[in-house]
Amino acid sequence: MDAILEIEGLTKVYAGGLKALDDVDLTIRKGEIFALLGPNGAGKTTLIGAVCGLVRPTSGSIRAFGHDLATDWREARRRIGLVPQELSTDMFEPVRRAVAYSRGLFGLAPDPARIEQILKSLSLWDKRDERIMALSGGMKRRVLIAKALAHEPDLLFLDEPTAGVDVELRKGMWAIIDEMRARGVTIILTTHYIEEAEEMADRVGVINRGEIVMVDEKAAMMARLGRTEAHIALGRPLTEIPPAIARFPVELEKDGTSLCYRGGDGTGKGKEEVAELTKALLAEGIDYIGIDIRDSSLEDIFVSLLGEEAVA
Amino acid sequence: MINWRSTWSIYTRELMRFLRTAFQSVLAPVLTTSLYFIVFGAAIGGRMPDLGGVDYGAFIIPGLLMLTLLGETTSNSSFGIYMPRFTGTIYELLSAPVGVAETLIGFVGAAMTKSLILAAIILVTARLFVDYSIAHPLLAVVYIMLVAAAFSLFGFILGIWADNFEKLGIIPMLFLTPLTFLGGTFYSIDMLPQPWDTIALANPIVYLVSGLRWTFYGSADVDIWISFAITLGFLALCVAIVAYIFRTGWRLRA
Repeated sequence: MDAILEIEGLTKVYAGGLKALDDVDLTIRKGEIFALLGPNGAGKTTLIGAVCGLVRPTSGSIRAFGHDLATDWREARRRIGLVPQELSTDMFEPVRRAVAYSRGLFGLAPDPARIEQILKSLSLWDKRDERIMALSGGMKRRVLIAKALAHEPDLLFLDEPTAGVDVELRKGMWAIIDEMRARGVTIILTTHYIEEAEEMADRVGVINRGEIVMVDEKAAMMARLGRTEAHIALGRPLTEIPPAIARFPVELEKDGTSLCYRGGDGTGKGKEEVAELTKALLAEGIDYIGIDIRDSSLEDIFVSLLGEEAVA
Repeated sequence: MINWRSTWSIYTRELMRFLRTAFQSVLAPVLTTSLYFIVFGAAIGGRMPDLGGVDYGAFIIPGLLMLTLLGETTSNSSFGIYMPRFTGTIYELLSAPVGVAETLIGFVGAAMTKSLILAAIILVTARLFVDYSIAHPLLAVVYIMLVAAAFSLFGFILGIWADNFEKLGIIPMLFLTPLTFLGGTFYSIDMLPQPWDTIALANPIVYLVSGLRWTFYGSADVDIWISFAITLGFLALCVAIVAYIFRTGWRLRA
């Protein structure tokens, strides 16, 4: 797949000495949804800022659509949209005028039909003549998305698009992101909600302390780092693992009243092994009274990569 | 190459911001000018001799115009760039494919337009109180535009430099207004005793007021070309500073 954004050796050291980005290499492919995960202060917003022209990189290079952002920034920026984390917009402006301004600012001719289409797709058409200050928080965030879409970008950054919005609105936002993907927009989103990345992303990047810890296909990451964990409550306590089940990755817990299985991967292999394990237990005459089984989520993987404190 | 659509968007948005407070924007200069004419023109002016053959009421018009122009242009422009920084909406400008030319033409052009509108309002208001004629109307317009451009840029620099509202107001309040009052708005420098008439020449506003007065009445405290040179010099200095700010991203980009 074509690379739409290529970041090489990107480093940002702020005036106070804080190294927000440390030799970051990242390639984004055309048409994908890429989720950038990381704890607070990991460097997500700085990375977005560097690509969008809000942050001056200390070193490294950024190429978007083949244009070097240091020299050929006009061409590149024309095709990049940004939805910032903060609800930053002129609160006194009516919705439609604010969106039309964004289109003009990026050098495009006025197109009322296009603005209408964008506002309708974001359920903002009914609010088109209302001042932004009169809208709810969720609506304001939609206005920011509309403003970012007004110049029809090919690459869209969504910095914490669902931060602080309720579950229903968050799901509505996911639907909007899905629609944008269907239109061929490449999307890079940062999020605290790992569930969001799990739901939306094709690929996931994990950033911590300014360094990219891992980048992979979501499915591949789940398969590689995912695990199945099962707790089998036994009818009678065991003192040791019977030889018949020693081939499984199991251990006794709770004074031998429970058997814990940790194994498999993110592809379902673990569940198959648990099924075999239960058959083996019955064949040995070991009765069990309950099974609690779960596959690890992206959040579990994230925690294991960064440590519990990172996502606390 | 300049992106004129982007420039137009910035320009019209800034003008819309002005029109949003049109009532206040129009009423304030009308009221202030009227008060100055009542106090200085009617109450005190009646006891003042003609200055260089010009009635005192008419004499103060260019000074009053400059007083309003410098204050309004600087504050309009400084707020124009400071507020997006303060509210965070500057992200949109910084992430757009616009450079120093589009930004400056948009912001400064709008500030200049507002200044010309204000100047017209003040002149119409003044007409209600005193009879006057403008000797060099074209030069007056050019001069007003030059001053407006220079102080729009100055305000722009101020709006980028300021990191709180106090700093935003301190330069106009502590420097610009006193210097304008002391810059020959209400009197001719010739009226000052020694050494104040010489010291007054260190005040750059003297040259601006004097320049505008010359375009009105054909005579002033300072040679018109010195006034033009100083105005153009200040304009060039402001352009250089703004170009530096954009090149380095000082206080704009993290």
